[in-house]
Amino acid sequence: MEQLIIGVFEQGFIYAVMALGVYITYKILDFPDLSVDSTFPLGAAITTVLLMNGFNPILSLILSTAAGAAAGALTGIIHVKFRVRDLLSGIIMMTGLYTINLRITGGSANVPLFNYNTIFNNDFINKLFPEALEPYKTLIIITLIMLIAKLLLDLYLKTKSGFLLRAVGDNEKIVTSLAKDSGSVKIVGLSIANGLVALAGSVMCQQQRFFEISMGTGTIVIGLASVIIGTNIFKGNILKATTAVIIGSVIYKACVAAAIEIGLDSQDLKLITAILFLVILIISMDRKKKVKA
Amino acid sequence: MIELKNIDKYYNIGTVNEICLFKDFNLKIQNGDFVSVIGSNGSGKTSMLNLICGSLQPENGSISLGGEDITKQKEFVRQRKIGRVYQDPAMGTCPSMTILENMSLADNKGRAYGLGLGTNKRRISHYREMLSQLGLGLEDMMGTKVGALSGGQRQAMALLMTTMTPIEFLILDEHTAALDPKTAELIMQLTDKIVREKNLTTVMVTHNLRFAVEYGNRLIMMHQGQAILDKAGKEKETLAIEDLLDQFNEISIETGN
Repeated sequence: MEQLIIGVFEQGFIYAVMALGVYITYKILDFPDLSVDSTFPLGAAITTVLLMNGFNPILSLILSTAAGAAAGALTGIIHVKFRVRDLLSGIIMMTGLYTINLRITGGSANVPLFNYNTIFNNDFINKLFPEALEPYKTLIIITLIMLIAKLLLDLYLKTKSGFLLRAVGDNEKIVTSLAKDSGSVKIVGLSIANGLVALAGSVMCQQQRFFEISMGTGTIVIGLASVIIGTNIFKGNILKATTAVIIGSVIYKACVAAAIEIGLDSQDLKLITAILFLVILIISMDRKKKVKA
Repeated sequence: MIELKNIDKYYNIGTVNEICLFKDFNLKIQNGDFVSVIGSNGSGKTSMLNLICGSLQPENGSISLGGEDITKQKEFVRQRKIGRVYQDPAMGTCPSMTILENMSLADNKGRAYGLGLGTNKRRISHYREMLSQLGLGLEDMMGTKVGALSGGQRQAMALLMTTMTPIEFLILDEHTAALDPKTAELIMQLTDKIVREKNLTTVMVTHNLRFAVEYGNRLIMMHQGQAILDKAGKEKETLAIEDLLDQFNEISIETGN
């Protein structure tokens, strides 16, 4: 049982980092960004290659984030500069990146990482953690990364640039009125969002110790579900939205784990994911507004 | 100075619904002028504002602002010198941000939006002072989200936010049309006060003939893409609402309304 709970928190916190990215696109920018389905495995693919070649695992986190940010910026550029509709821009990136991800790993759709150093398993970390904390080691490191990501995002949203990002989703006209290019602000937002998503992908493949090309399928659904659960449970100003999203992510993972625990097969995972998301949408009624728009 | 020269503007080009709105349209607005623009729906008032602000591109002709040709300049670049208040009070503010955050956002116009803190604590008392001039009690609600305010309160904020940084031109697009008569009056008085204080060159489109007559030093009536009436200075001062109504009736008969 304890193992199960730890697993829920580990997965919940990793996906929380991704959900923070989806929070930026979906809630702040009002941009249905599907590129996350491929920027998540992009982070994993880059991490895989770096770890296999013996690079510092910390470096893999940084480079994954940077690659995700670049991919997100490209989604933004396709949308803003070439005037492709938001949904289609994401789909184009999602489809194109699938091949890129395969190329990065040298064509392998499945790479085990058991024999390499990761952020959870290297000489430095192993020495740092006493024997007694061993079962919690992974969770502690994940929590740390998640908290850093959240705090940095919270800080950013309080800066002038962050204000502009919040303004552009709220009321694009006002950004123009402030003599700023609303398109550039969107590109920045998408870039940050996909940076977070790729970071989550990097942590994910290190936690599960393998890379799989289809590990990103349904990322957007998990992200949206986390955001919608979190922001609907904690309506009003009780909690910071970013905190709410993290809790939403853990709740969502707990629901999935519960479904598997009561006897559903792990190959039913995507179906469970989809149905759970549908149930959440129906309960939260968030769809009404979105369908009309 | 705002100058529109030989403007041609068509809608739905190349379709059976092609409409010519402006054909060789010319307008010159001097520095410090406060121009009221009236006219029936579809006469080209808002299109004219959109041409000046850059949300609409003319097919032919040139637009200059303070002597600089801005015909090809992007909309957001033009806004460095221009402030615009829309008819819809929701257009001028960010609903999910607080009053303080909205004021801070507007206060930074003309400077870089970098990684410095979004709100400057030392400016808060200044914002309060500005808001208290409105007499709406907004100065005690700095932490309230703007989305929770009434249309009148939001429009008053929009006007403040638009004019709090140095601009040269103020564009008002029926900015009192969505407000109740009392609030409209308040916003109009506030507008006049700000325009005088800051000596802004102002173009105000309005359907309120009384506002058009009472405020500003020049009045233009638009009809089918032409300024059919243009009174300034002494001529405008003697103008009465009845004169304008007569003129409106003539237009209506002409177009068969």
